[in-house]
Amino acid sequence: MLRSMISLLSGGLFGAGLMISGMTDTTRVQGWLDIFGAWDPTLAFVLGGALLPMALAWRLTRAGRPLAGGRFPAPATPTPDRALIVGSVIFGFGWALAGLCPGPALASLGFGGWQGILFVAAMIAGMWMAPRLRLVLDRRPAKA
Amino acid sequence: MGLAGGLTIGIAGAIYLLGAGRIMGASGIIGGLVDGSGRDTALDRLWFLAGLIATPAILMALFGLSPHTNASSAPAVLVLAGVLVGVGTRLANGCTSGHGVCGLSRLSPRAIVATALYISAGMLAMAVLRHIWGVI
Repeated sequence: MLRSMISLLSGGLFGAGLMISGMTDTTRVQGWLDIFGAWDPTLAFVLGGALLPMALAWRLTRAGRPLAGGRFPAPATPTPDRALIVGSVIFGFGWALAGLCPGPALASLGFGGWQGILFVAAMIAGMWMAPRLRLVLDRRPAKA
Repeated sequence: MGLAGGLTIGIAGAIYLLGAGRIMGASGIIGGLVDGSGRDTALDRLWFLAGLIATPAILMALFGLSPHTNASSAPAVLVLAGVLVGVGTRLANGCTSGHGVCGLSRLSPRAIVATALYISAGMLAMAVLRHIWGVI
């Protein structure tokens, strides 16, 4: 029950923050990526603003346990693997193409019309395919 | 508004981390439902998504806002972009929220590499698609 309420509250604030910051507007996101055009720095302020409470929260995880029980996430693993590198580049191309990443795409489902719904449906299809692609990436031996 | 919205996003992530003990990453939360890897925590994920999807619509009704996504109306663009974002974020185990907000704020090396790569790839794609090919 407590976990569900925390999840609902957190999801709700996340959606509100995405909307307030203008990140559900694809022209703002594409404007941030458009360094050779009319560059829009808003995303840097959004990311910067979001990092402050999160950095504080990570400090608080050094002691104690989560409010709803369980454990805090394990320490970050140091080494980027091939899937992380390939996946991030693929994500970047898709992000530029439509100006949507997963959070804002979901947040705009309620008001974004058929475009947002089609994007999210395609994103879910991509997410369903990913584990099969990961097997291929992990199978190929790494060249030193 | 960027900073105020950003702080709200950060507070949302802090509540999720300190309350539920989990990293607030949009692609991971929905992706774990899609591929079944998050079956044990499906209920938390569904509640999170309910809040994420409902709140902007509620804010619009309360304050009479009419935000626009200005998204492309070309179905091929939306489908291609959606598939690339879905595949890419799951291979990378994170997106702008998971790697960008939650990962960078604890200086995770993987998150720093991922964020640098998807922003660079996005800027490169934008340069080619808009200024060389002129398609978006």
